[in-house]
Amino acid sequence: MSSGNVKKFMFVNRKAPYGTIYALESLEVVLITAAFDQDVSLAFLDDGVYQLKKGQQTKGIEIKNFSPTYRALEGYDIEKLYVEKESLEARGLTEEDLLVDVTVLGRAEMGELMDQQDAVLSF
Amino acid sequence: MLHIINKSPLSNCSLDSCLRVATTGSVLLIEDAVYAATTGNAFEHKLRESMAGLQVYVLKPDLEARGLADRLMDGVTPVDYAGFVELTVSNKNCQSWL
Repeated sequence: MSSGNVKKFMFVNRKAPYGTIYALESLEVVLITAAFDQDVSLAFLDDGVYQLKKGQQTKGIEIKNFSPTYRALEGYDIEKLYVEKESLEARGLTEEDLLVDVTVLGRAEMGELMDQQDAVLSF
Repeated sequence: MLHIINKSPLSNCSLDSCLRVATTGSVLLIEDAVYAATTGNAFEHKLRESMAGLQVYVLKPDLEARGLADRLMDGVTPVDYAGFVELTVSNKNCQSWL
């Protein structure tokens, strides 16, 4: 695909994993989008930051632990992961609690980044 | 009475509503409600205040799934699935807050 057709896609993740299907569905669509060589960013806000929490052990609830997939995104050239600082703080979490390298942004910076996108998909 | 909550307190008002009306009995946090019982979350103080009159339980497999087994607040009792069943039996009645 020529570079002229590359659009900026942002996936906004605001739901905790496992309680609903949103987090897993978002990840599926992110991987599909990556196959089309687009400029993909992932944003994590509100309970969405819980998707990236280290140490998820899902054997007891008999649901697939999809959290390792976030670490595999790099292999699909998806390296832009943004986490809202305020959402982390409200949950007693820090960057060290997350299982993948992210860029932590304040709410205003997050808003600016959303503004710059061609398409924003919300999960 | 046993109150069962399954939504995160930071994205849904079920737990808040439950604690507003229920001052005695037991509360069991399952699924995304387990986030309420983790240290440092913004709802922690509200849950702690409610513990003056309410016994609070959390379903351990749901806590483990979310990577938060090491963040459980003091005073909250973890239970397994058998413990969940025991709570429904030992309480006179129960309510699942949706």
